[in-house]
Amino acid sequence: MTAVTDTAPTAPPASGLMATLRHARHVIGENPVTGLSFGLFALFLVAAVIGPWIVPYDPFESDTAAALQAPSAAHWFGTDQVGRDIFSRVVAATRLDMAIAIFSVALVFVVGGLAGVAAGYFGGWTDRIVGRLADTIMAFPLFVLAMGIVAALGNTVTNIVIATAIVNFPLYARIARSEANIRREAGFVQAARLTGNSEMRTVLTQIVPNILPIMMVQMSLTMGYAILNAAGLSFIGLGVRPPTPEWGIMVAEGAAFIVSGEWWIALFPGLALMLAVFCFNLMGDGLRDIIDPQRRT
Amino acid sequence: MLSSFLRRLATAIPSLIGVIIVTFLLTRVLPGDTAAYFAGPAATPEAIEEIRVKLGLDKSIPEQFVDYVGALVQGDLGSSLTTGQPVIQDIIDRLPASAELTLFGLFIAIAVAVPLGILAAVRQGSWIDHLCRIVATAGVSLPVFFTGLLLVYVFYYILGWAPAPLGRLDVFAFPPDPITGFLLIDCVLVGDWETLGSALAQLAVPSATLAIFALAPITRITRASMLSVLSSEFVRTARASGLSPFKVIVGYAFRNAMLPVITTLGMVFSFLLGANVLVEKVFAWPGIGSYAVEALIASDYAPVQGFVLAMAIMYVVLNLLIDLLYGVIDPRVRIEG
Repeated sequence: MTAVTDTAPTAPPASGLMATLRHARHVIGENPVTGLSFGLFALFLVAAVIGPWIVPYDPFESDTAAALQAPSAAHWFGTDQVGRDIFSRVVAATRLDMAIAIFSVALVFVVGGLAGVAAGYFGGWTDRIVGRLADTIMAFPLFVLAMGIVAALGNTVTNIVIATAIVNFPLYARIARSEANIRREAGFVQAARLTGNSEMRTVLTQIVPNILPIMMVQMSLTMGYAILNAAGLSFIGLGVRPPTPEWGIMVAEGAAFIVSGEWWIALFPGLALMLAVFCFNLMGDGLRDIIDPQRRT
Repeated sequence: MLSSFLRRLATAIPSLIGVIIVTFLLTRVLPGDTAAYFAGPAATPEAIEEIRVKLGLDKSIPEQFVDYVGALVQGDLGSSLTTGQPVIQDIIDRLPASAELTLFGLFIAIAVAVPLGILAAVRQGSWIDHLCRIVATAGVSLPVFFTGLLLVYVFYYILGWAPAPLGRLDVFAFPPDPITGFLLIDCVLVGDWETLGSALAQLAVPSATLAIFALAPITRITRASMLSVLSSEFVRTARASGLSPFKVIVGYAFRNAMLPVITTLGMVFSFLLGANVLVEKVFAWPGIGSYAVEALIASDYAPVQGFVLAMAIMYVVLNLLIDLLYGVIDPRVRIEG
């Protein structure tokens, strides 16, 4: 028994891991779009990590002689109103956009997930409080609530992360709650309890590892929404400030030039944003196919 | 019927209480000292203290909450620093513009999405089914402000079909005297067809932007719901009885498939009210969304809080209406309720 509980709870036995990998390869082979989305995600991660060092121009350096140039061989995505290279800025912006999305999703994953698990496992008052909290958040139009939270907490990037996490809370809490609830009286949980594990230890070693895969799918699916939410907030002038490269604010900067025909300033950051959201949605669908037990036959 | 209506009404009360508590908390966590903020940068400590007492910030939190609710009941949401008007007045003035835009967008979305979803389900695997899948996938990935800008570029700059994205009416058009505040309805009421045309032209692109945004969830749920209904026993019976395909699909299948669609509308509305803010910003639409955005940029907090509260109350009421509509469409819900 000690041998079992001492191993890291997230690591299933080696044969299980191999089976999962084999299954993942099978699912990806069956649906190449999923493979494509994983590739795209890797590309975004690379751009986020080393992007600012590999771009051809300094994303902050203006060159008024070359302002408002259409895309060309020298400037692939053209230049903006002060002559900054848009390609460099779009690539450099990946880091901030990804960071906002990943941190906010990670935050709600931990807080919402644990609150939901506690609600589903313990029931009673915990359940009622978490449920009421989730219902109250759901009573607001989510983007509007995010605006209100950023306005109240202060206009910073950190608060955009917090606001995005808060509006996603009900989703995570509900899924974790229902998944924890159906496992509450499962055989392996009762066995863990009978052998003298404390409630806390039972939750952390038996319940949490079991609902982790489903929560991971959720994480990927909401990542797209998190990016859209953060970009929307910065589009209306919250959080990120110019001249910081960020997709939402770059689209906002380009918006003024759309009516005079300079389409490239807004188009390319918008496309990057769209591609990122698209990638996360496809990846979420793909992950669900891999993890959903009903397809694992 | 009445008692079930009242019972449903009562379930909205906890949501409303929750909404009011959250907006109250949002007013209490303002960055820095609220009294110092309202007093302005040049205020003396005495003046700040005076404002603190005037705003009731020297009282305990529960007392402040009672004051807050008391003010709300009287429709007092504070005053805007930028417009100098009571926030409630500003919101009432600007609400029709937002409502017109959102409802028109939703109307277009339903008019396109529901038939598309039904056709995709009826002709599963055909090109229309594929189109439906593309719409559903692309729609959720498109940032609404980006779609808006693309449409402006195509329809205003390239094709020249749409007017400049600058508000509800052309600068040279004379708006009719406000009766309802809804420009389209006012124009019809006074018979001003020229202004009506101008207003519709201004409304077309922003509402299409919102419609594209709302298309995806409505199409997907209509298709899924129709598919499950079409494979049910009563549809097979209706078909076997020799009813025309149209009568089977529209008269029997669709009526039953509508319930999940209407439930989804509640969620779609939550997204639409948020997307509305972004669309109003893109098209310089003089609604409550752009009002809140302007106030946010100017660090004018009372309008933002009033806006969040107004939107939340509207959303709670909308969900209530949707639930009641549910009862109208499906008598079984009514009896159980």
